[in-house]
Amino acid sequence: MILTGINLSRPPGLADASVVAHPGALIGLIGPNGAGKTTLLRALAGLTAGPGIVTLDGTPLTALPAAVRAQRLAWLPAGREVGWPMRVDDLVALGLSRNDPPAVDAALAAVEASAFAARRFDTLSTGEAARVLLARALVAKPQVLLLDEPVANLDPFYRLAIMACLRRVADAGAAVVVALHDLDLARQSCDRLWLIDHGRIVADDAPGAVLSPARLAAVFGIAWSDGGWRQV
Amino acid sequence: MTLRLTLLAVLIGIAALALPLGPLLGAYARDPDLALTILLQLRLPRAVLALAIGGFLGLSGAAMQGLLRNPLASPDVTGASAGAALGAVLVAYTLSQTSTLALAAGAIVGAAIALAVLLALAGRGATTARLVLAGVAIAALAGALTSLALSLAPSPYAIYDILFWMMGSAADRSLVHVAIALPCIVVGSVLIVSARRGLDALTLGEEVAASLGHDVASLRLRIVAGTALGVGASVAVAGAIGFVGLVVPHLIRPRVASPGASLIPSALGGAVLLAAADLLVRVPVAGQELKLGVVTALIGAPFFLHLIVTDRQP
Repeated sequence: MILTGINLSRPPGLADASVVAHPGALIGLIGPNGAGKTTLLRALAGLTAGPGIVTLDGTPLTALPAAVRAQRLAWLPAGREVGWPMRVDDLVALGLSRNDPPAVDAALAAVEASAFAARRFDTLSTGEAARVLLARALVAKPQVLLLDEPVANLDPFYRLAIMACLRRVADAGAAVVVALHDLDLARQSCDRLWLIDHGRIVADDAPGAVLSPARLAAVFGIAWSDGGWRQV
Repeated sequence: MTLRLTLLAVLIGIAALALPLGPLLGAYARDPDLALTILLQLRLPRAVLALAIGGFLGLSGAAMQGLLRNPLASPDVTGASAGAALGAVLVAYTLSQTSTLALAAGAIVGAAIALAVLLALAGRGATTARLVLAGVAIAALAGALTSLALSLAPSPYAIYDILFWMMGSAADRSLVHVAIALPCIVVGSVLIVSARRGLDALTLGEEVAASLGHDVASLRLRIVAGTALGVGASVAVAGAIGFVGLVVPHLIRPRVASPGASLIPSALGGAVLLAAADLLVRVPVAGQELKLGVVTALIGAPFFLHLIVTDRQP
């Protein structure tokens, strides 16, 4: 997946950029609140007409029929509200265009949620709900997976569990782009980081290179000292 | 549940034809043709209208609640019923015509105008919130104009007729009324039911539904236009009947897997409820037959309160 000509800033005027998500890559999208992470993910998912042109294997996303796009690309928003007290397995099946119970079982197993397949979504804990919604995004085995803060509000164990699951998905050949706020988790889990600031990609590199002290101070206003993060 | 509701609807439909039994048997004893006329000309239209309108109110209520992801939504938020009432009142006011057919014609035109204004205001690409706000505004405007027309009405008898009509009733309707309402209700139902898979995806939000390949704008249009069409036709022939479209989907909700799966049971439940209420109003109170819309609201409102108080689930 390639996104070119992006410029999320308002008013526009900053340098354009282009990003590429290769199959098998687990890419962390980091940046301060309001930097444009969600906007970028929505643009990549084809949910907003502009800015930029998103291509998937050389084809503009807008030229793909909606059903084909839905099969090849999955988007998981940050919100976890579900408008109906649905059964977990029914909810995961919404990610499929046809009836396929084995695929639902496999997706639930991949996020370690098989045990509550028959429970109602509104009875789940935050961590369980997060995993079930991730299973919904995984169930159609998309080529591109776009996730907006899938580990928000989760305990450390399940943050790691979800990142491990995303690693397996990437290793199986998908391109995974995941917005994260936890910089340590991003450094330790991702192959590559896109750092976004004021609507602009300011770094696109390996985690060690992106998370340099100078850049962290400039973009996030933080520095590591005395065994913890401090404001600068 | 669907099977049981279907059986119940059939039973109530038969009861609606048969009850009260006395006049029917009396007519049969004198002249079998008279009994047949009573059945076909009086009771059949009434039973069909009660079942079809109740069914449509249940169906469209479930669809609106699913579309808006809001358990308080009802078919009335499209503004079509208020538009239909205004159309009927204007016919009564300007033409001094209060035959149910003339009122029905006015109501159909009123509902169609309300729908056209709604679609023009909200546009094809409108968000659901804008569509509903527009619907509520149309309903408020139509309600105000209805009150204005009533308060300026030259003849007190016209007001009396109109008020009675607005209370809702399936009594004394003919097969002509069925011919007016049924096609609109059928088309509206088909439009709504065609959206059932999309309704399920909408539980995850409009954008996720779009990312899953659903055309959310078309989905919204089918549900809103289908609802307005059927509700407009229902109000046209039977006046305003409240609470069925709100209460029935609520009763069905905890018993089905998804919003799409709630459509058919809600339709059956609505048919059963309205046909049963129409049986109830045949018992005369103080020498008068009660009005159907009054009975559904009288039963529906306290029952709805009971549901809210006892409901333990979100």
